[in-house]
Amino acid sequence: MTKKLPSIISKISPALALLAVVLIWAAATGFSLVPSFMLPTPRAVARAFIGDFPTLMRHASVTLTEAFLGLLLGVLLAFLLATLMDRFPTLYKALYPLLVITQTVPTIAVAPLLVLWMGFGMAPKITLVVITTFFPIAVSLLDGYRSADPDAVSLLRSMGAGRVKIFLYIKFPSALGSFFAGLKVSASYAVVGAVIAEWLGGFEGLGVYMTRVQKAYAFDKMFSVILFITLISLLLMWGVTGVKALAMPWERKEKEKKK
Amino acid sequence: MLISPDTALLEAHSISKSFGENAVLRDVDFTLKKGELVCLLGVSGAGKTTLFNILSGLMLPDSGQVLLNGVDITGHPGKISYMLQKDLLLPYRTVIDNVALPLMIHGVPKARAREKAASYFQRFGLQGTEKKYPKQLSGGMRQRAALLRTYLASDGVALLDEPFSALDTITKSAMHAWYLDIMREIDLTTLFITHDMDEAIKLSDRICILSGRPGNIICEIPITVPRPRPQDFLLTQEFLDYKRKIAENLTV
Repeated sequence: MTKKLPSIISKISPALALLAVVLIWAAATGFSLVPSFMLPTPRAVARAFIGDFPTLMRHASVTLTEAFLGLLLGVLLAFLLATLMDRFPTLYKALYPLLVITQTVPTIAVAPLLVLWMGFGMAPKITLVVITTFFPIAVSLLDGYRSADPDAVSLLRSMGAGRVKIFLYIKFPSALGSFFAGLKVSASYAVVGAVIAEWLGGFEGLGVYMTRVQKAYAFDKMFSVILFITLISLLLMWGVTGVKALAMPWERKEKEKKK
Repeated sequence: MLISPDTALLEAHSISKSFGENAVLRDVDFTLKKGELVCLLGVSGAGKTTLFNILSGLMLPDSGQVLLNGVDITGHPGKISYMLQKDLLLPYRTVIDNVALPLMIHGVPKARAREKAASYFQRFGLQGTEKKYPKQLSGGMRQRAALLRTYLASDGVALLDEPFSALDTITKSAMHAWYLDIMREIDLTTLFITHDMDEAIKLSDRICILSGRPGNIICEIPITVPRPRPQDFLLTQEFLDYKRKIAENLTV
């Protein structure tokens, strides 16, 4: 019994912290410490969220399509490049600095160029998502490949395994853990990347909708969009965790044993 | 070459290896007969692991040859099996898939490889662990699984680098008895490295002492006590005589 209480507290503490933030927000707006045109009350945001829900969903379907396609392409590209870079050390040396540079170029600065080059359709958005998601995955895959136990590689070589089999049996499975860590980060980047690209021009999508409500000074709607994007990102990250549990059943077994 | 070639299973002929300026092995000659259990003893840095890497084909010697059944296998891994110091069971594969791995690498289809591996589980005391992951096994079981995998990696010659060193004394002693049994049963020839003199005397048919810089096999001590060796063999004068003889030869 004495042991249970702290564990309950530790479980609900994040919820309590969230509640505290909402309460402070409600107090600040409710007692007019902050004018309501600058910061709407939680209730107004909730009302806007419910009222706007069909519109939000319609725009979200566009944004999510862009995010998913971008993420998919980003993962494929990262996988291809990381695998080649791991195989050929010269390529690794040549491309690694370039990889870091693609990450330090600010997304917001590139987005207008992409719109100029590719127009107002989905192409520039998907491209931007690819640019932002590609790096964390490529780097985590590279680190993962390198984390493979050299003794395990020797063991497989002593069994007569060639490069391909060493990759399949040792390198790739060793990299899975850090791959999913990278994917989790990238999944949240993907949505944000798509939204930022939509700000700069387009016909549909959560980013386009955001700029519209912003220009109308509809702050309650603005906040409800932000809330919605946060929820989508969270859901995506949970999704990645779920896929990871399916793809790496041995990790689950270890936890079960510890219990 | 005192032994006639028809009884020699694994032969090393004047193996030499240097790393840069540092000569590790010079003209090492060595023969392993079928069914033998031979121990390679030597101080750290005497080149035991280098010799194993060369015998297993992972490393090319500067000069010399490795023959298996008279066929040159120098620099050709996959012919004899090599168990490294750690058990190296892959954490992301189930026990059965770990054990069947060498078969899969040799191109046996997955289902057949699993089937063949499973047929040994009973004999290796691993029944019921097929679908588990290595982390869920005890130290002794992991070691037996690694030994079964080593056995399946070749047709009967195993190089073991300190196979029992990570186990506690009681498990180790049980593993010794078990290994001697299984070795006879499955017709395995073993060359193993150890730092433990007692272990070497208890298990081996013959002890080869690798010493000097560059390393060479300076003497071979046959252990003539018949098997199974009694439990109190470790307390006999004979045992101590062997131990003294080894200690005299094991100089840095």
